[in-house]
Formats: sequence, C-alpha cells, structure tokens
Amino acid sequence: MMTAQTLYDKLWNSHLVRQEADGTALLYIDRHLVHEVTSPQAFEGIKLAGRKLWRTASILAVADHNVPTTGRAQGIADPIARLQVETLDSNCAEFGVNEFKMADVRQGIVHVVGPEQGATLPGMTVVCGDSHTSTHGAFAALAFGIGTSEVEHVMATQCLLMKKSKAMQVLVEGRLGFGVTAKDIALAVIGKIGTAGGTGYAIEFAGSSIRALSMEGRMTLCNMAIEAGARAGMVAADDTTINYLQGRPFAPQAEMWQQAVAYWRTLHSDDGAVFDSVITLDAAKIRPQVTWGTSPEMVVAVDGCVPDPAKMTDAVQREGAQRALQYMGLQANTPICDIQIDKVFIGSCTNARIEDMRAAAAIAKGKKVAANVKLAMVVPGSGLVKKQAEDEGLDKIFIAAGFEWRDPGCSMCLAMNDDRLSPGERCASTSNRNFEGRQGQGGRTHLVSPEMAAAAAIAGHFVDVSKL
Amino acid sequence: MKKFTLLDGLVVPLDRANVDTDAIIPKQFLKSIKRSGFGVNAFDEWRYLDHGEPGMDSTQRVINPDFVLNQTRYQGAQILLARENFGCGSSREHAPWALEDYGFRVIIAPSFADIFFNNCFKNGLLPIRLSAAQVDVLFKAVNAQSGYKLRVDLEQQTISTPDGTSYKFEVDAFRKHCLLNGLDDIGLTLQHVADIKTFESKRHAAQPWL
Ligand code: SF4
Repeated sequence: MMTAQTLYDKLWNSHLVRQEADGTALLYIDRHLVHEVTSPQAFEGIKLAGRKLWRTASILAVADHNVPTTGRAQGIADPIARLQVETLDSNCAEFGVNEFKMADVRQGIVHVVGPEQGATLPGMTVVCGDSHTSTHGAFAALAFGIGTSEVEHVMATQCLLMKKSKAMQVLVEGRLGFGVTAKDIALAVIGKIGTAGGTGYAIEFAGSSIRALSMEGRMTLCNMAIEAGARAGMVAADDTTINYLQGRPFAPQAEMWQQAVAYWRTLHSDDGAVFDSVITLDAAKIRPQVTWGTSPEMVVAVDGCVPDPAKMTDAVQREGAQRALQYMGLQANTPICDIQIDKVFIGSCTNARIEDMRAAAAIAKGKKVAANVKLAMVVPGSGLVKKQAEDEGLDKIFIAAGFEWRDPGCSMCLAMNDDRLSPGERCASTSNRNFEGRQGQGGRTHLVSPEMAAAAAIAGHFVDVSKL
Repeated sequence: MKKFTLLDGLVVPLDRANVDTDAIIPKQFLKSIKRSGFGVNAFDEWRYLDHGEPGMDSTQRVINPDFVLNQTRYQGAQILLARENFGCGSSREHAPWALEDYGFRVIIAPSFADIFFNNCFKNGLLPIRLSAAQVDVLFKAVNAQSGYKLRVDLEQQTISTPDGTSYKFEVDAFRKHCLLNGLDDIGLTLQHVADIKTFESKRHAAQPWL
C-alpha cells in the first residue's frame, strides 16, 4: 500500500527533478510571475552571462509596486520609479515575455492578476520574486516567494534549488461568526503561532471553515502564511477551486479541461497523512482582529485592549512590545475601539479582490467617512477588479461616502509610490504588514479586514463589525 | 559569488527580535535597478534621523547617535549579532545586498526567516543559527568588551570566542560547498540540463495543459 501523502508531498514529489545526498532538491517550476522591483538585476544577470530564458511561456510579467494610482495618463512622475517600470517593459520586449503594461485593463497586483487570469492552476509550482507568492497556494499549488538570484536561476534553468520543508496543518473547524472573515482567521493564526511559528514549514489550511471560504478568502489566508513565517500556504482543490477557474484565459479548455479537472481532484491530503505539526482553531471563537503593534503577531480581538508589556514575562517579548507601543503612540490597556484613525487603506494583494470591494462597499453604503479621517482610499487589485466593481456600482458607493477610488497597484501597502502615511499618522489598513515605516516613515499601521477598515473609516475609530 | 572560508570579525550587537527586511533596507531604495550601492542605506530609518531617499549624499545626512551601528566601537564590524526571526517579511534580496555591501559577512541569530536565509547564501553572506541561550551569552560578552571579535570557520563549522569557547553550527553540505568555493548556482544546475529536459518532456506529456 502507498503511504498516505499530504498535499504538500504530492506537489513536491511531482516536481522533483533530482536530489543531492544532503536533501537539496532541484524542483521544476511551472509558472514564474515577474514584477518590476525584483527582476531587473535578474534580467541583467542573464544578459551578462549570455544565457537564454529556459521557457519564456512560463513567465507572466506585470508592474505593480511603483505604478501610480491616479493620473496614469501622465505616466510616472518619479524618474527612478519610471526607469524601473521602463526597464521591465524593455526586458520583456527583448526576451519576448508576456507582460501586462500599465495601460492594460489586466494590469494589477501580480498576486491578484495571476489567479484572475487562470495563470495559477492547481498542481503547479508557482514562484515570484515576492514573499506573498504564498497567495497562489489557495489553488492547491506549491507557491512561494524567492529572491532575485533565484528569479535569475528560474529564468535560466526552469528549476529552483531547495530543501523540503516540514508540513504543518492548520485546521479551522466550524462556522465563522457574523462580520468575521478570512483575514481574521489569518491574523488569529498568526496571533496564536507567532510570526516565526511557521518558519521551516509549508502550511496547509484545512477544515470545514476553510472549505466554506470562497477562492478570494482562501487567497487572503494563504497570502498571510508568509506573515506566520511559512514560505508556502495551501488549500486542497475542490469544487470552489474548479468553478473559479473555469473559462479563465490561461485555464485549459474543452477536453483538456476535463483531463485537468480529473487530476486536480487528487490534490488534497490523503486520509491518515501525517503532518509534522497540527494547529487547531475553533472558527466560532474567532473575533474580528486588529493589530496594535509593529508585527502581525501583535494582534488582539476588536473588543480587547492594547496589551500591557509590564505583564509580559519574556524579556525579548516585553522589550519588543514596549518599543512597538512607543512607535505606535499607544498606551497599554487602551480599548481598541477607542483608537482614532487618520487614514484608511483598502487594497493590497491580501484584500483587493472583488469580494473585498463588495464587503467594504456594503458597510460604506449610504454613510459618510468621519470628519477626522483625512484620507480613505480604495485601491482595487487589478484593472479587471476595478471594472467589475464599477459595473456593480461599487465605485459610486465609495465616492458618495467620501472614499477615493483609485487605479490598481500595490499603493499604500508598501508606499513605494506617492500613496503613503506621514510621520505619526494612524491607518486602518487591509494590507498584510504593519512593520515600522512600511506605509511611510513614522506611519502607524493597524491591520484589519475590509469590513473593519470601512467601518473604521465611517466611525473615525475602530468599531466591532460583528455588532453592526 | 564571493568565497567564504574563515573570518576574524568584529561583532556588532543588534538587540531586537523580528528585524524585518523593510527595516534592513526601506522600500524607497528598491527602485534601483542595480545590485550594488545599498550599504549606505542599510537600516536607513534607524541609522539616520532625517528621511533618506535614493541618490542622497550620505555624508550630509543626520546620524542617529543612539543606533548601535553608529557607535565608534562597532565601526568596521563584519559580524552582526541579532535575535529571533531575523530577516522576516519581504523577499527583497536588496536586504542581503545591503548587509554585504555594508561589510557584513556573517549574521548570528537564534532563527532566521526562510527566504532571507536562502538569499544570504546567494551573496556570500553566512547566516548562522545558534541557540537562544548561546546568542544571549554572546550579547553579554559583546556588550562587556570593546573590540570583541569572533572567529568563524566555515570548514570546521565553528565559532570561537576570545576566551577559547567554541560553538559548533549547522550548515547544509551543498550550501557549504558553494560558499567555500564561491560557486554560482546557475552554473551548477546547468550541469543537469539533461535531467531537466527529460523531466520537462514527461511532465508535458502527462499534463499537456501546462
Ligand atoms: S500589495 Fe503589498 S504585499 Fe502585495 S505584492 Fe504589493 S507590496 Fe507586496
């Protein structure tokens, strides 16, 4: 009898080209997503060595980090950012790589674009020079972020050198309460295991709560696997996966589709498969989450308070918390709902898909952004998400409520373009990182779900959306 | 890639857990299309009191005297001592580029984030995991003694302290081999072209939609 395999085992084994005695493996890569920030030095390396791209058709490129979210017709004002995007354009032209340029309706954040196009398929290995590549694992793919040297390595060899990780199962059972989302599951998991809890692991999210999530929700969850330290997050393929993919431009068609679906149905962990670590969460107990510090693990339920470092027993943790509170300008024991905000950002590869837009619009409908909120912006994840939202009239709801409705890109998730926080400004953000300076030097980020961000924009402070 | 064999290096203690790659090299410097020149902006937001932008003359910047890297006794440090989960966050290889360009060759911490850990080896930087207790001992020793150096021997996989203590560390055999000899991964992988081609054609036969 074959031993029971985890989904991760199946994906790993089906891509193994060869293995060294010490376990270092050569893994075949099916899909390579490329963006402007982590690719120029890789293309340059290829050129300097006089190498060719191994399989050009495996690459899909799009500029997202540096693109402006307003006034696109005028191009990119910052000359250094412009050069980087132009470098991507010229590299893609020179090597014949498929690229969605800034004016293309398909342009957007690489982790929104890939799945939306069906360029991410179950059973694939997917890499990108970006840590949030874990997002694509939502499709029962093995997807992880790589550095620029590895980008070059994949371009030249279609393979990656790596060692197998350990396998962790995060089991979430039961029904999520009203107003509780995939983002809250992600933050609750990180709160539980810590930002290094998943280091050295590939995480499979499983259980009835995960099966009940839409593809958008599963992507949000896998997106944040990296914030738990895991390079890859994944979810087994099921009807939800297959229905999402049907008819997408890069997905197989007709007879090939049937053949693919039959294979995809095998992409789950077998009964009795053994994980190196299993974490369980009760969905009914998860509350809407809000981060209070400068690491995603510094998180509490919205009806909780900012923790008191004085009560922490571990010295490294206590000092970290003290430094975080100082940076965040917060007092210990402050109720989360008493925290006033200055800006709101709804966007990023975590929460800028159509479902996120709908969820935020449902809260904003017929309301007004609070007077103390200087800027509330909604940045759709791709041109196609934007179009879909406009077809549904969501843009009008946002604009009527006082939100800005922008063009797609990473925007204030990392503030490489003009969208950023000023020193001391406090932001409710649907992105994935609350590190010091992430959204602008001195900026203070609180990570929340789209529902929570929209509700905070309306109230001017955090509110518990499960009680709305 | 630069070889790494043996180093006698000055140690600088960065006493923080979860140092992320955004902190190691802030995003505004990621707009560069080059691989070099990131050293002056390593830890930019902690090292300087003014806001840094690409192209600024670093000699005109306002130094943060409280930041450990700026203290006189740590000038010329080649070994960075840090706490848990060093290098978490963004996959940016600009982080190891910046550390290497600054002059570091070794980073010692109880744990590292996976992508950062990998990226180091591609750039001649050696990340070393020691136990939290051992790291704690080193922090105390560095703080107590100015000019504190460690000897890092990759061949022997040992770190030796001035008082003669020696710590053994783990490193993958393959990575060690590449680092000791300064080998380029791509060149090594391309020795297996035949294997890759065979695999690829089987895969396309089995899953023609890919
Ligand atoms: S949206 Fe944010 S996290 Fe996602 S790829 Fe862009 S910068 Fe990275």
